[in-house]
Amino acid sequence: MRTEPNAISHAGGNSLEIRPLTGNEAIARGAWEAGVKVAAAYPGTPSTEIMESLAGYPAEDLHAQWSTNEKVALDVAIGASFAGRRALAAMKHVGLNVAADAFMSVTYIGAHGGLVIVVSDDPGIHSSQNEQDTRLYGVLATVPVLEPSDAQEALDMTRLAFELSEQFDTPVIVRTTTRLSHTRSAVVLGPRIEAAARGFSDKPSKNVMIPAHARLRHPALLVREEKLKEYLESAPIQRWEKSGVDFGVITAGTCYTYVREVLPEANVLKLGASWPLPEKLIERFCASVHRVYVVEELEPVIEKEVRSLGIQAIGKALFPRLGELSPELVRAGFETAGILEARPTAAPWTPEPMARPPVLCAGCPHMTSFNALRTVVDARVAGDIGCYTLSCLDPLRGIDTCVSMGSSIGNAIGMSKAGESKPVIATIGDSTFLHAGLPGLIDAVYNQANITVILLDNHITAMTGGQDHPGTGRTLRREPTHQVDYETLVRAVGVQWVRTVDSYDVAAMYQTLREAVAHKGVSVIISNRPCVLDPVKIKGPPLEVVAKDCNACQSCMNLGCPALTWSEQWYEGRHKVKIDASLCIGCTLCAQVCAMDCIKMPVAVVQ
Amino acid sequence: MSLASEVAESSQHSGGAAARGSREPVNVLIVGVGGQGVIMVSKVLASLCQAHGLQVKQSEVHGMAKRGGSVFSHVRFGKQVWSPTIPKGDVDILLALEWAEGLRWLPQLRAETGIFICDTKRIVPPFACLNRRQGAPMRYSRETPAEVIAHVAEAYAVDATRMADELGNERAANTVLVGALSTAMEFPLADWERVLAEFVPRKTVGVNLEAFRLGRSWIEEARRTAPDTSDPQGQGLAAAVVPSTVRVEIEAQWCKSCDICVKLCPERCLRLNSERIAELTDPAKCTGCRLCEWLCPDFAIRVHLQPAAAVA
Repeated sequence: MRTEPNAISHAGGNSLEIRPLTGNEAIARGAWEAGVKVAAAYPGTPSTEIMESLAGYPAEDLHAQWSTNEKVALDVAIGASFAGRRALAAMKHVGLNVAADAFMSVTYIGAHGGLVIVVSDDPGIHSSQNEQDTRLYGVLATVPVLEPSDAQEALDMTRLAFELSEQFDTPVIVRTTTRLSHTRSAVVLGPRIEAAARGFSDKPSKNVMIPAHARLRHPALLVREEKLKEYLESAPIQRWEKSGVDFGVITAGTCYTYVREVLPEANVLKLGASWPLPEKLIERFCASVHRVYVVEELEPVIEKEVRSLGIQAIGKALFPRLGELSPELVRAGFETAGILEARPTAAPWTPEPMARPPVLCAGCPHMTSFNALRTVVDARVAGDIGCYTLSCLDPLRGIDTCVSMGSSIGNAIGMSKAGESKPVIATIGDSTFLHAGLPGLIDAVYNQANITVILLDNHITAMTGGQDHPGTGRTLRREPTHQVDYETLVRAVGVQWVRTVDSYDVAAMYQTLREAVAHKGVSVIISNRPCVLDPVKIKGPPLEVVAKDCNACQSCMNLGCPALTWSEQWYEGRHKVKIDASLCIGCTLCAQVCAMDCIKMPVAVVQ
Repeated sequence: MSLASEVAESSQHSGGAAARGSREPVNVLIVGVGGQGVIMVSKVLASLCQAHGLQVKQSEVHGMAKRGGSVFSHVRFGKQVWSPTIPKGDVDILLALEWAEGLRWLPQLRAETGIFICDTKRIVPPFACLNRRQGAPMRYSRETPAEVIAHVAEAYAVDATRMADELGNERAANTVLVGALSTAMEFPLADWERVLAEFVPRKTVGVNLEAFRLGRSWIEEARRTAPDTSDPQGQGLAAAVVPSTVRVEIEAQWCKSCDICVKLCPERCLRLNSERIAELTDPAKCTGCRLCEWLCPDFAIRVHLQPAAAVA
């Protein structure tokens, strides 16, 4: 979902203005207030709206951009930091894996202009391929991790992160989760500080990571860690909320709100930074109570650190290590601990649940590409990340594997080299191809793999809600820019067989796919049609099923189009099909696959 | 703030559990299908609460919102709101823009006092139509409005989409439901209408205000009279069909390996065998649609449907 442009005033003069903001919008606001000058991101749920919000602030204040991938985004931010300006990179949790190489080096280098990396985790896997815990990256890289618990803290901690970054010469992670990123609550807005330009950091021994320099930087890292710990012993973001009860709860982030929800009278140590930990503060807190519980989502990061101090804290024994926590899970944990009495649980009346997996949109151009795959070739298909990953479900059943951004082509090379007997095909979207698919394609040509790559070019980053990328010809701020020409690009890396096909031309798609698979070596099909939702919502006149001619064969239903459904009429005991006019965009794919030729444009439209 | 702020116990949580009753937030869960306007409705409610000086948290998961999946939004408001999500079983009002989505979240509703307001509109996902065999039912929720009303403390099955359609804009169905929702809360009517006008497209303010008032009057009427449990959209989902068994007869000598049946079989259960003759790979998959029979240029395929009763 896109945030409305200019949803947030950028006047910023009135320091007492209060606005409802999502966590993501609050982070953007915090960065803007902190005087961020350069910001870059690759879209990824639940982090996408951070950069979209930042683009709502004036271009004179900051440069904001979509990068081709998270590593480039972080490199851009690091560059701005070298140049002495405050910089931010935003990404989802798995994006940090892509950026990890730069991240693990920049921690040695430190930050000249404040360098903040916002990473949005997805506990519960609402829209990701895993639920890794970013806090462990903080431990790995010796980088502080701030964890806001609501939108106000998201704003405040983002501002603070820039200050800490410059004060301690370190990149700083602000960690959010889906829940925080997408929860809206009231936030007090502040003015923008124009952070002074610090000039270029002209220190090769600090900024050029050759072994001799890196060996000297590593001890500096450990000193920095100690200084950070000392600061965090008494930092305002650490909050000890005292009460008379004899047990204590250590928590951070959104989990804090769950603890407060179920235990309003608890004795809580709320950590603003979940790494590194203030050991003395924790020891004092634990000494003041008889029992200590740690409530944190995903990995036992805080719990292990507390236990390493010799304190018998209880955490994952009561609160799950899997998925997203919730008030009821936190309550259940405290019930098991004997802190709360079990609530009387009358089993509620539960209607039989109906499955409603997300589906490709009516008229989605991906439908033909995958329908063709199923129909004309019996192939092994390496999938990739995007809307088209949904084609793994019935009825399209289009892909066999999906690993991570850009994996499809490498996976296909491996399958082919391993001797897979079926033709091997990789399917990859335009944005994903530019993100991490291109090196795979070059590898395929270089190693003379016998694979077909279908580049699903819908001219947008669709899954995350329609963001521009280098193939769209528009920047984050919707200004015109150079547009990647895929055919030229693909030929330049040495692919000999390239065809561009209109995704809505079913016959051409079938024929092209047959020829591509028959070609020995790397063949590339560019399946070309814009997304039906973004950048403009496409809606043509809906089609109709001529019910008397429908034999209920269900060929059209194989497209998985949500505008097609069963009518109340039957043929030989099977449901005839009808079209939901409010959803149908008139793409004609169903009419093209209908063997009975009974899907038509309404007569009025034809005339 | 100077040092780690150590908040005195009296200042922040003086009430404790005893005083909590009166301070407890109101929990509204708004659900529907991606694209229906769940987020818009939540924003209207959140904005209204904010204008009344209440603390509001509105939490949604919308990564798949545009993909026709299940969408939900938690709106909590009161003097103090902690968790952004509503604890299970604590939903005071469940507002559903689609019938099966309403049913999905029903177990979250407060057992004794929960109010359920649900559009009877059905959005059938493609997933519900996967079993194409004879007589196979659509896999859509089977519970009827009458059943739901019998099980829930206070339930309203509103034909909001039809009501909005009659006003000339099907998309105002949300607003009919907001009208119904407004009767369950104590905010002044004028405030509702003002906030609503802010959030709907300018051109549609008139029809939306009409829809809002229609929703209000409908529910007030429903409170006075017996609930209408007719289910106009639920008709025709099931039909009495005697399933047949399917037998596909292929005359091998007439087959010229043209492949048409194989390519056009909707169930993909035909292939050319090692002699390049059409054969059925998986009889269990065949639904007996007869496409192969009709499309074979050499009349080599016959599809026989026999009543199952006769076979059994």
